[in-house]
Amino acid sequence: MKDIIFDFEYFVPKTVEEALKLLSQYEEGECKVIAGGQSLIILMKQKLLTPKYLIDIKGLSDLDYIKLDDKQGLRIGALATHRSIEKSPVTQNGFSVLAEMEQNISSVETRNWGTIGGNVCHGDPGGDPVPVLIALNAKLKMTSLSGERTIDVENFTLDYFETALRHDELLAEIQIPSIPPNTGVKFTKFSQIAGDYATASVAVLITLDKNEICDNVRIALGSVGTASTRAKKAEEILKGKKISDDLLAEAGKIASEEASPTTDAEVSEEYKRELVRVLVKRVGREALERAKKA
Amino acid sequence: MKKELKFVVNGESHDLWIEPKTLLVQVLRDELGLKGTKRACDSGACCSCAVILDGKVVKSCSMLALQANGKEVLTIEGLANGANLHPIQQAFIDNWAFQCGFCTSGQIMAAKALLDENANPTREEIQMAMDGHLCRCTGYNMITEAIQDAAKRLQEQKLQEAAQ
Repeated sequence: MKDIIFDFEYFVPKTVEEALKLLSQYEEGECKVIAGGQSLIILMKQKLLTPKYLIDIKGLSDLDYIKLDDKQGLRIGALATHRSIEKSPVTQNGFSVLAEMEQNISSVETRNWGTIGGNVCHGDPGGDPVPVLIALNAKLKMTSLSGERTIDVENFTLDYFETALRHDELLAEIQIPSIPPNTGVKFTKFSQIAGDYATASVAVLITLDKNEICDNVRIALGSVGTASTRAKKAEEILKGKKISDDLLAEAGKIASEEASPTTDAEVSEEYKRELVRVLVKRVGREALERAKKA
Repeated sequence: MKKELKFVVNGESHDLWIEPKTLLVQVLRDELGLKGTKRACDSGACCSCAVILDGKVVKSCSMLALQANGKEVLTIEGLANGANLHPIQQAFIDNWAFQCGFCTSGQIMAAKALLDENANPTREEIQMAMDGHLCRCTGYNMITEAIQDAAKRLQEQKLQEAAQ
């Protein structure tokens, strides 16, 4: 599958509105949006996707930005590249977890051209941004000719490669609330070779109160189900308590039971559950350390 | 239906009409005859096809050629100055950084993009920048050493140019 072997009509809209008009003209399934296309092109080579119409939004600079606002938090345009997020001074300070996540996505080549919005909309449960965005309690702003709507990122991915995005909508913006004081966030993925998709990944956010009691915790699991999800029962174990290693071990055990991985070509379901158990404990400990220092 | 692609490759302007399904690597190799850019995995996993697009290294097998419209592409053929190899090319030769050579043009383009951005990278930074590039021959250490050597050569070249 070296080449794309079917023909399609190709549009390069100049504005977001023009792109939305094009999207609204076509039926679901016959039209596809391309940004960096780092996943899409491969699916098209394999003929897993054979759109009749391709709308190239990569050049819409209106959707390519990273802005930090004291009140609103971090706003990332859907067309910001992985590399620009990794290198942004904003993500290297307060939101360093984003830079840490980005620098382990695939290769520099992919990150230079691929966009965060494309990654999120692709709906691959093995993607790295979504679990981190879930831990950060991010929202996604979608736009269509009938207006805008926002959705919690944890409700966006519905199943393997299926999302809540309607076929006449574009993802416009990722909205990440400001990180409260005394909060630590950490993400780790386990993969077999550098830059590969995660075998399993875990993101943890912990906020402590002034007595170092866990005030808020969000645990997100990636690559161990049909979509990234929160491990809510594991979160309940930690909430309102002084977090100890024993408690983190207990949360890991519960998270591994909450996860719904399946055996794949590389590893078994049991192996993935074991990874979740260990990663939740380990990543949780690092998030806790960061929260204490924050 | 064919579409117009206007872009600059190795300093030369081109105006072509191509099918939208055409990949950038296909245009470079088949339309422009620039066979130095290699196709290996064709699934975005090996970086043999890496070229520099508007200063950033990208995979030419994983983007439509029309996405390069209005942009500037640099391939391995654009590095040497006549018969004089680019310092990165010479450093790869002197450090035995390739055997079969199939991945080398991609490796060198990524090394160039890295050194343009970071003139004096650490060993770890080199490994991070190059970790998408697969090589089945060298074991990677010589590639890292070649890039460290190339960084030195480029810095010396700059000093010499400044002195003149």
